[in-house]
Amino acid sequence: MKDSPASAPRVNWKDPQLAATLRARHARERRLKILGLLSLGAAFAMLFILLASLAASGYKAFVQTHVTMDFVISARNVNPENPEKGKYRKVIAESLQAVFPEVGRKEMRQLRKILSNGAQYMVRDAVVADPSLIGGVLRLTVPVSDPYDQLNKGEIDRTTPESNRRLSDREIAWFDRLKEAGMISTPFNKALFLNADSRFPELAGLKGALWGSFYALLVCFLLSFPLGIGAAIWLEEFAPKNRFTDIIEVNINNLAAVPSVVFGLLALAVFLGWFNLPRSAAFVGGMTLALMTLPTIIIATRAALKAVPPSIREAALGLGASRQQVVFGHVLPLAMPGILTGTIIGLAQALGETAPLLLIGMNAFITSAPESAFEPATALPTQIFIWADSPERGFAARTSAAILVLLGFLITMNLAAVILRRKFERKW
Amino acid sequence: MNQQETGAGEIKISARDVQVHYGDNHALVDVSVDISDKMVTAFIGPSGCGKSTFLRCLNRMNDTIDGCRVEGDIRLDGEDIYAPEVDPVHLRARVGMVFQKPNPFPKSIYDNVAYGPRIHGLAKNRSELDEIVEKSLRRGAIWDEVKDRLDAPGTSLSGGQQQRLCIARAIATSPEVLLMDEPCSALDPIATAQIEELIDELRRQFCVIMVTHSMQQAARVSQRTAFFHLGQLVEYGETGQIFTNPSDPRTESYITGRIG
Ligand SMILES: Nc1ncnc2c1ncn2[C@@H]1O[C@H](COP(=O)(O)OP(=O)(O)O)[C@@H](O)[C@H]1O
Ligand SMILES: [Mg+2]
Repeated sequence: MKDSPASAPRVNWKDPQLAATLRARHARERRLKILGLLSLGAAFAMLFILLASLAASGYKAFVQTHVTMDFVISARNVNPENPEKGKYRKVIAESLQAVFPEVGRKEMRQLRKILSNGAQYMVRDAVVADPSLIGGVLRLTVPVSDPYDQLNKGEIDRTTPESNRRLSDREIAWFDRLKEAGMISTPFNKALFLNADSRFPELAGLKGALWGSFYALLVCFLLSFPLGIGAAIWLEEFAPKNRFTDIIEVNINNLAAVPSVVFGLLALAVFLGWFNLPRSAAFVGGMTLALMTLPTIIIATRAALKAVPPSIREAALGLGASRQQVVFGHVLPLAMPGILTGTIIGLAQALGETAPLLLIGMNAFITSAPESAFEPATALPTQIFIWADSPERGFAARTSAAILVLLGFLITMNLAAVILRRKFERKW
Repeated sequence: MNQQETGAGEIKISARDVQVHYGDNHALVDVSVDISDKMVTAFIGPSGCGKSTFLRCLNRMNDTIDGCRVEGDIRLDGEDIYAPEVDPVHLRARVGMVFQKPNPFPKSIYDNVAYGPRIHGLAKNRSELDEIVEKSLRRGAIWDEVKDRLDAPGTSLSGGQQQRLCIARAIATSPEVLLMDEPCSALDPIATAQIEELIDELRRQFCVIMVTHSMQQAARVSQRTAFFHLGQLVEYGETGQIFTNPSDPRTESYITGRIG
């Protein structure tokens, strides 16, 4: 550095005009900071409102009102030779009669509706599992039906006129008697995770949807991960740079921006229309989701491969490694964390995707969980869609609860991606 | 050829009319040079004049660059290295390379050195490999510093140690020629002195070709110097003569600091 010529005028930093400029600059910076904080605050407020409203409406679905009762299993109703074919409806009626001796035959139909429609099957299953119960008494905790569940959770206002209420004064009185007798409990709603879908809200659960989503994601991963990495490696490391590969590249970027419903239509036409693959199957759902995830994985993989410093490639090439040894021995392992992160984010997107699954029929009403990827199934987002569409009050809370479960999985997956990236972050 | 060391002076590499184009950029013009074995040959010249480009012709690293075209005739021990039957992968085991920025693999020190012998199948078993690794690290003058932590990652070493590790790694495939592209430009003066000492040692066994932007370094470690300017080889000869009595005015301008 040479000294500046002596004649250069000194800057007078005390000059009021300069001081004003400086002040204005600081003010601008402050304003920008405040704006940034405000927008961040707004984003967080939205997120909070969303989660709070979901939690407020959904938390009630995580518990379920149950009644613990003694069921009299008489040999008259259940033949010990064939316990499966017993008259369990009658068992229920007689057992309720024992609790409410004053209720007549006609009212019995009404009274029986306190218990969930599933109660008779639960009693049956218990008896089939242990036939020695026949002739004795079985104490069992069964869910109450949805209106009584709502009553217990305070969703039914006792002060509204009887004609506008879903439960009559008499029905409420019955329930209160059970409650006073200490027979009512509200434990954690295991059925939400252990049951498949049902017409009755108190029995409906997410098991079918969870398995459906699992199979669909598994198929999606098995297809899109190897294909995506293979395509990305070829494009990034081996493809000649010509017009043809340019076109491929542009189209992959375009594919990532195609609305998911279009992939659904494509799957409907090709997978179901041409290949006659089964409708509603998680396998087809997974293939459809793979179409969408593929561009995401290809783009993430290429970015991760590009991020590997060229010095590593040069080092290996300079030692006489072949192109293939450089890619598989050095570049790919170093790019793996980035690839996995991109893959998890792609799968998380696929997990929440609804439209393409609706088009291939994964929104069917299916009351048993799928045992393989080829059986009809629903998925978490389509199950939410079905429940949100159901009129029963009990499904409203379950919809929110299902959304919370889905969000839980999404947050877990994204967290896994962040942790993975942190763990494998490397300095060269 | 005037002998400088015993066994020195035989021509190891001879290049004739080498032209290199990067797309439309004519980066090397008509370079012809004979490089002697068991000596250090320095390439000097202003940056962008094609020193690295020429160095990379000698182990065909330019093959890996899209749009790079090499013409002319380059012979290693009289054998055309651009002949169709020559496998560049094999050539690079015979002509090792050390880069400007130390670039150890993010693996253990042992695995760094063992990588070359492994991919070329130079060791029959583990004990042979151990032997190659130790010998290479010793010749790279870094054995004493790392012998107790061969499992530590190569990237955990200091810059100068990393560069010596890279030299050891290049030596491990028993090359005949060592190409070094500004091997000290990312290092501090002490590490630089260690590497220079090592290079002086290495010339007993290898034909060493070194690119440098430091004329003092060229004067200190090389026996021959080639001066490149704008893609042309301007002058080539005894280092002492180039620095004290250059025959081309461009060389003189560069050495006296008027270009570069
Ligand atoms: N990979 C490349 N692609 C295109 N042009 C290159 C590449 N490498 C070098 N060049 C060009 O070749 C010329 C010589 O470069 P280089 O050999 O790196 O010079 P030096 O090592 O002497 O500084 C420069 O004009 C440079 O721009
Ligand atoms: Mg260079």
